[in-house]
Amino acid sequence: MNFLRFVSAGLGAIAVVASANAAGGALHAHGPEEGWAFEGPLGQLDMESVQRGYQVYREVCASCHSMRMLSYRNLGEPGGPFYDPEYPNANDNPLVKSFAAMDEILDTEPNDVGDYDYRPARTSDTFKAPYPNANAARAANGGALPPDLSVITKARHGGASYIYSLMTGYPSEEAISTVEIEAEVEAPAEGEEAAAPAGPTTETLIDPSRIEALSHGDHHYEGTLVQPVGQYYNPYMAGDTTAQWRGDPRHAPPGGFLAMPPQLTDGRVSYLDGTEATVEQMAKDVANFLQWAGEPKQSQRKSTGLAAMIYLVILAVLLWFSFHRIWRKVDH
Amino acid sequence: MSGHPSTYEPKTGFTKWLDSRLPIVRLAYDSFVDFPTPKNLNYWWTFGGILAVCLMTQILTGVVLAMHYTPTVDGAFASVERIMRDVPYGWLIRYIHANGASMFFLAVYIHMVRGLYYGSYKAPREVLWILGCVIFLLMMGTAFLGYVLPWGQMSYHGANVITGLIGAVPVVGDSIKAWLMGGPSIGNQTIQRFFSLHYLLPFMIAGVVILHIWALHVPGNNNPTGVEARKDKEGLKKDTVPFHPYYTIKDAFAIVVFLIIFAAFVFYAPNVLGHADNYIEANPLVTPAHIVPEWYLLPFYAILRAITFNIGPIDAKLLGVIAMFGSIAILFVLPWLDTSKVRSMRYRPIARQFFFGFVVAGLLLGWCGASNPDDPIIPMGEDQLVVTYTDANGLQATQTYEEYEPAAEFRDSRIEAGQEATIAIKKAPAFRFVHLAQILTLYYFAYFLVILPLLGLREKPKDEPASIHKAVLGNKDRAAPAPAE
Repeated sequence: MNFLRFVSAGLGAIAVVASANAAGGALHAHGPEEGWAFEGPLGQLDMESVQRGYQVYREVCASCHSMRMLSYRNLGEPGGPFYDPEYPNANDNPLVKSFAAMDEILDTEPNDVGDYDYRPARTSDTFKAPYPNANAARAANGGALPPDLSVITKARHGGASYIYSLMTGYPSEEAISTVEIEAEVEAPAEGEEAAAPAGPTTETLIDPSRIEALSHGDHHYEGTLVQPVGQYYNPYMAGDTTAQWRGDPRHAPPGGFLAMPPQLTDGRVSYLDGTEATVEQMAKDVANFLQWAGEPKQSQRKSTGLAAMIYLVILAVLLWFSFHRIWRKVDH
Repeated sequence: MSGHPSTYEPKTGFTKWLDSRLPIVRLAYDSFVDFPTPKNLNYWWTFGGILAVCLMTQILTGVVLAMHYTPTVDGAFASVERIMRDVPYGWLIRYIHANGASMFFLAVYIHMVRGLYYGSYKAPREVLWILGCVIFLLMMGTAFLGYVLPWGQMSYHGANVITGLIGAVPVVGDSIKAWLMGGPSIGNQTIQRFFSLHYLLPFMIAGVVILHIWALHVPGNNNPTGVEARKDKEGLKKDTVPFHPYYTIKDAFAIVVFLIIFAAFVFYAPNVLGHADNYIEANPLVTPAHIVPEWYLLPFYAILRAITFNIGPIDAKLLGVIAMFGSIAILFVLPWLDTSKVRSMRYRPIARQFFFGFVVAGLLLGWCGASNPDDPIIPMGEDQLVVTYTDANGLQATQTYEEYEPAAEFRDSRIEAGQEATIAIKKAPAFRFVHLAQILTLYYFAYFLVILPLLGLREKPKDEPASIHKAVLGNKDRAAPAPAE
């Protein structure tokens, strides 16, 4: 049918346009080899992974990143990682209550004499923020503001795959080397002591030809990346490496620099459920957790969607037959 | 509403009483039940009904969203997320509203392209077409205002670009810009007035839709042949069917098929049509790498950016704004630009090819709008390396290289000699997106200003059928061999 052909062409055009938006200077994000359980119209989150991801968030990410859109109660609500059918009201869920009580927060309400006290968090409180405000966060992180992670999977192209790629994508030890640089020290004037050399005396060099993620495809990156102080190279980070590249500027490696050093090392957390805490495992779990946190109602969305689609398809079939029955005596 | 005589007969006491006071039931009956509609309308004609559903969906979901939304710079972003998380079915309402805008534009573009192909803008339907253009313009305004409300990065910086355009207008531009923004920059006052206007405009659209339907019901529907339904009683009976049940059922089927596509986006890919950057709260100090509008405005954005040259005293920026608004304004005068007496492109073999070229140009303009204008489409040659250094006389000089090694060697030798030297890339000439956009923009305007006016005078159209009835029978003859009588 002409009509359907046109509609599909139109949708194709939208897809082209949408993917054109995704272009950037970073390596294309990828998920774990086995894929994501939440993908596809019927896919649902792997809740055990989300639970482990919450542990990774608490023990690793939360020391710098806030999640101001999430409350402790969200963890125990339907579709949440610690939902328990015995406690339909998440505020009664003992596990959720204990998670909240582990954090001390500054009360937003003044006490009887008008002072603000620290108290254990309640289920209705939002996740404890690591810093009182953005300036404090910047001051503690070399001028860089750790982004709030509430909707991070919706706010980055690639979503959970981006988180996974970024967390696992830092160059490995063998690609990094530290070399001494000759500091240019001005000859001391007479009668003065020699001044201490200004600036750093070493520089961190990265050899992109030894980065596994960059070895696929036709590109060969012959040259050296000079990592700025307090910055870390990651091929999945959006950015531009040309200024830091010693080599052919036409073939600067993809990616960029970010202020967050590599966070995940094997065994960084001890999983309560005994799962081995490899870098890939933790990256996958925390990406799953952030995927849930970005849209806590996503499992509800997909199950409602299935019912809505079945209803609409049946309705369309009925209308199709009604249409043909009504028009059966009319030439058109 | 139309010249067609009313056949409504009130049956109950109440309807008789009402009919002599406010004949609203008669109006509805004559317009949507008994209204004679050409019997050969194809599926392209179902988009009017689909658009009515889109408008109602947007208004209903929008009213509910407004109950939970906070129009302040500090509260807007968080309130949208609160709708997604804590309002019962808030995620569904918001996703329907956000994707509904895209669906609305998808349907309106198909509806307009249908009108272009079948000549639905020609006499006696000029006013009908112009009212449609007014609706389209109001829709674009509403969509732009609505996109600002979630207060993400694209909201803020998109609003900056669009209000900046108005600032390009000479003399009054800056005053209008300040008046729109409610101050010297985009801030809390902007979001509040945008919210207010975003709530107002849909009801203006609804008002113009009523006029649009009124203007439709005076001449009646155009149809794929472009031949008017006959006016005499016998001919009218052969050419048309009553709107109900024939077109109510066909429209209902098409609407549900459309809703299936709509639902697929809402439930399975709710964010695919939007931009990830809009889930980052607006920050005036950080500009996104590429500012792009929503997909449905991309072709016009491409036209805006295609103008990179000055003409006389008018600079490129203002020319771009003129071209962009001109590309919409030109639609308003289309009924008088197309000189052909034949409505349907079915009988205009040459115009038909130009028409399909126009549709392709529109889609490609969208592609240009989404891309970085300086990115090459077809590279011509390799990028070269240029070493810039100071020569023996202390003057700046350059040397160009194909390969990196000799360039680096030369640079290092200069540096060793105590001079400054740097390597930069010299981009190879290429056919870039901006060039494609310029060609397409030229075609867009030529289609309306040159092709349609001239072609109507010169083209020899094919024979039109004598009537809709004959055309329908012709279809049937082609489909099956005529039975022996």
